[in-house]
Amino acid sequence: MSSIRVNPDTLSVLDRPNSYIGKTVPRPNLDRLLQGRGMYVSDMELPRMGHVVFLRSPHAHARILSIDATAAKQMPDVIAVVTGKELSAVITPWVGVLSHLKGLKSAPQSAIAIDRVCWQGEAVAAIVATSRAAAEDAAEHVAVAYQELEAVTDMGTALDPATPVIHASLGDNLAFERIHDAGAVDQAFADSDAVVEADFIFGRHTGVTLEPRSVVADWNAAEARLTIYQGTQAPHMVQNIAALHLGLREAQVRVVCKDVGGSFGIKVHIYADEMATYALSKLLRRPIKFVADRVESFNTDIHARDHRCKGKIGVKHDGTITAFEIDDLTGIGPYSMYPRTSAIEANQVVNLVGGPYTNKNYRARARVAFQNKNVMCQYRAVGHPIACSVTEGLVDLAAMKIGMDPIEIRRRNLIADDGYPCASPSGLRFEQLSHHASLNKIVEMMDYRALRAEQAALREKGIHRGIGIASFIEVTNPSAAFYGVGGAKISSQDGVAVRLDAQGSVICATSITEQGQGTESLTAQIVGSVLGVSMDRVRVILGDTDMTPYGGGTWASRGAGIGGEAALQATKILRKNILDVAAVILQSTPAELDIVNNAVVNVSDGAPRIELNELARIVYFRPDTLPPGIQPELMATKHFVPREYPFAFTNGVQAAWVEVDTDTGFVKLLKHWVVEDCGTIINPQLVDEQIRGGVVQGLGAALFEKCIYDERGQLTNANMADYLVPMSGEMPDIDVGHVVSPTRESELGAKGAGEAGTAGAAAAVTNAVNDALKPFGTKITEIPLTPQVILTALGRI
Amino acid sequence: MTAPVSISLTVNGERVAAHVMPRLNLADFLREHLKLTGTHVGCEHGVCGACTVRIGGEIVRSCLTLAVQVNGATVQTIEGLSDTGEIADLQAAFRDRNALQCGFCTPGMLMAAQDLLQHNRNPAREEIREHLSGNYCRCTGYQAIVDAVETTARTRMERSA
Repeated sequence: MSSIRVNPDTLSVLDRPNSYIGKTVPRPNLDRLLQGRGMYVSDMELPRMGHVVFLRSPHAHARILSIDATAAKQMPDVIAVVTGKELSAVITPWVGVLSHLKGLKSAPQSAIAIDRVCWQGEAVAAIVATSRAAAEDAAEHVAVAYQELEAVTDMGTALDPATPVIHASLGDNLAFERIHDAGAVDQAFADSDAVVEADFIFGRHTGVTLEPRSVVADWNAAEARLTIYQGTQAPHMVQNIAALHLGLREAQVRVVCKDVGGSFGIKVHIYADEMATYALSKLLRRPIKFVADRVESFNTDIHARDHRCKGKIGVKHDGTITAFEIDDLTGIGPYSMYPRTSAIEANQVVNLVGGPYTNKNYRARARVAFQNKNVMCQYRAVGHPIACSVTEGLVDLAAMKIGMDPIEIRRRNLIADDGYPCASPSGLRFEQLSHHASLNKIVEMMDYRALRAEQAALREKGIHRGIGIASFIEVTNPSAAFYGVGGAKISSQDGVAVRLDAQGSVICATSITEQGQGTESLTAQIVGSVLGVSMDRVRVILGDTDMTPYGGGTWASRGAGIGGEAALQATKILRKNILDVAAVILQSTPAELDIVNNAVVNVSDGAPRIELNELARIVYFRPDTLPPGIQPELMATKHFVPREYPFAFTNGVQAAWVEVDTDTGFVKLLKHWVVEDCGTIINPQLVDEQIRGGVVQGLGAALFEKCIYDERGQLTNANMADYLVPMSGEMPDIDVGHVVSPTRESELGAKGAGEAGTAGAAAAVTNAVNDALKPFGTKITEIPLTPQVILTALGRI
Repeated sequence: MTAPVSISLTVNGERVAAHVMPRLNLADFLREHLKLTGTHVGCEHGVCGACTVRIGGEIVRSCLTLAVQVNGATVQTIEGLSDTGEIADLQAAFRDRNALQCGFCTPGMLMAAQDLLQHNRNPAREEIREHLSGNYCRCTGYQAIVDAVETTARTRMERSA
């Protein structure tokens, strides 16, 4: 990797001497977080800052008859009480639709409800005071009269003609429907030796970021400028949307994103209460801070999943899969979220089912229904856990039916590693995947045969352990095909500006953002490697629309692949510019020079010629000593967006080893393995930790996490004592392995890794539980796999 | 309305006197009155562990403790433990192992981990997992944290051997 060749210009940047690419190095600037000296939005204070608390609807569906804030306004330290109607003077409503999702409809949503509330937790008034406690005190004195309306809660009946329509102007409760039919599905099922059907149920769950959503909005009336401090994944998107609905130009809005206490897709959306906070700052002409508390986080942070999916698979005796068919239904709450919409997850399910396999016969229907529950939208691994659980669940059921080993049926059906490029039956284009290499690797890592032997031996003693396998594909590096083509002002391009400062250090501003994934590290690693400087000389600036190039941010596993490539290309230009001026200073040629260890050196013998700080000193302070006409340029900017493939698909496989207690219904996770192919690996440790963190989020969904609503639309477990998240005691160690198939769309070759863990974890665990319970003849296709679900399946309760 | 109560205590070695409302919890007192924002507020009902601090050497949830309860007490926060160097090795192990991503749970996690290592010099992985099981981390999946604590224990054992 660090071999020295003659001409550095012919070297891949990945092979340059002293490259940081592919190396585990600690992330820069972690001491700030380790010492409790970070700056999260919840830590921020500004002069004259008011704190907003939202009074929220206790009803899932109700008409607002009156709001009386007289008493609240008299309370000590109260600055203002603002209703939805009053706030509508400064902010316009929105509709969460995208034109490429044909037929998707939604109703106008306001920052604060006007006339009607559509879910338990929707804000009906804003109370602003000098402290959050004072605002909460006053909120108790705002009297709202409601007329309760019938709540539509069950998505299973939401589309029935007898069910009330939530938004009369839309005609029905169907937000979106997609139908797909490829190949000859009916014929394929008719020709199958066995056909297996199952109903898959996925609980509604949510992100539970440890730092709740937080915003400080600061309208400066004299500058006519709004500064938004927000823990967001997409600062430029927030800038665009805030400007649009507050009647400002984008140049009047600055979005600053400092440390973010977890995101996972929760913080890639724009929420009504955040919009209200921006508007309140403009209305009240002072900084306003909103920090959600935990109860309102459960009631208002987007929820995800909540799918019911009928699945069907056809198979031959030799294991050949002949067809997949699915019918998916999901409930998204009363509005399609803004601006990314709430139809994307169902759309992804249709896209991804059957994706790893050669089968070409595929029929799918997905329906997205409105209901009076909290809004639902994109959360880590959008659609993937559903598609993977349905696909891999069906494959295992088919294998069981024909008596074939789960590894073997996958070997016989996964797309061959030399079969690329190719397309899936839903039309997804794959550049290069490595399903077989990944499967072979995981079989080796887990010692599959030994585990099977152990399983059989323990069965004799009445101990029921199971092995579950799940192959998966993952959408990463999205192009404009994701949102831009549908009319959303969400950049698919990212940019990096890199400059040499006067002491030979590098300042790099990137449009991708950091929420702990290691964005700062991967950017510094790339810049340091390409330029030939040590990482400690690279300072990375991110999360500020005034300071960084324009771009999409960090979501959908796009940071490394898109922002990383922009960093690479920008730094190549800076390197060339430095060598050009070095050649002038040294009376040499650029081709004879290289930059290594912060100095310009000879290519021929590696001898140092001039330190970068000396070069910078000459350029900035003594340009008079350079020959006439020389105008050195020590700053370079490049942008990158994938153009050839709409998405850079990655792939992988997960395996779970579990023990099921058939008396209590508890599942013990003994071990978990993942093999994943994200192309070029920039920092192995960071990739592995993305995978592990993702797996554990998937395990939470598999075993614990569920937002439990009653039939009236009341969320009954909106706290961390009743809503269970994975804690260290229940989680297994996770072994991670890699296969590397770089994308040729970029010089860097990196694809994403953020969703992979979450994509396949639940499928692997569910398959393992079914494997453990094989002697009992049960087949469970519902998550979370609570003791109740398991004991019910076993007929024990 | 109830009147403020005067309290005095020691925080990170400094003497602090204040008038606080009886309902003010310790987490808010540390963050809003003393501007020690390293103590994080995650759930405000004692489940997530992000607000863990030390009172008289024992770790507690500062969101479940009232400021008036610490009158006369000695309180240590992540800022204090950092400045004394007491957990410098543990912090270095977290950094090297990437045992933090967003960093929001980290101050509480370090508090809990140091508490374990003070009471058990050579904890098994299962014991580490058990001791940290009241501290929620959404990012890492815990394995890196367990590794970092295990490494620190081993290093401390070797150093004292």
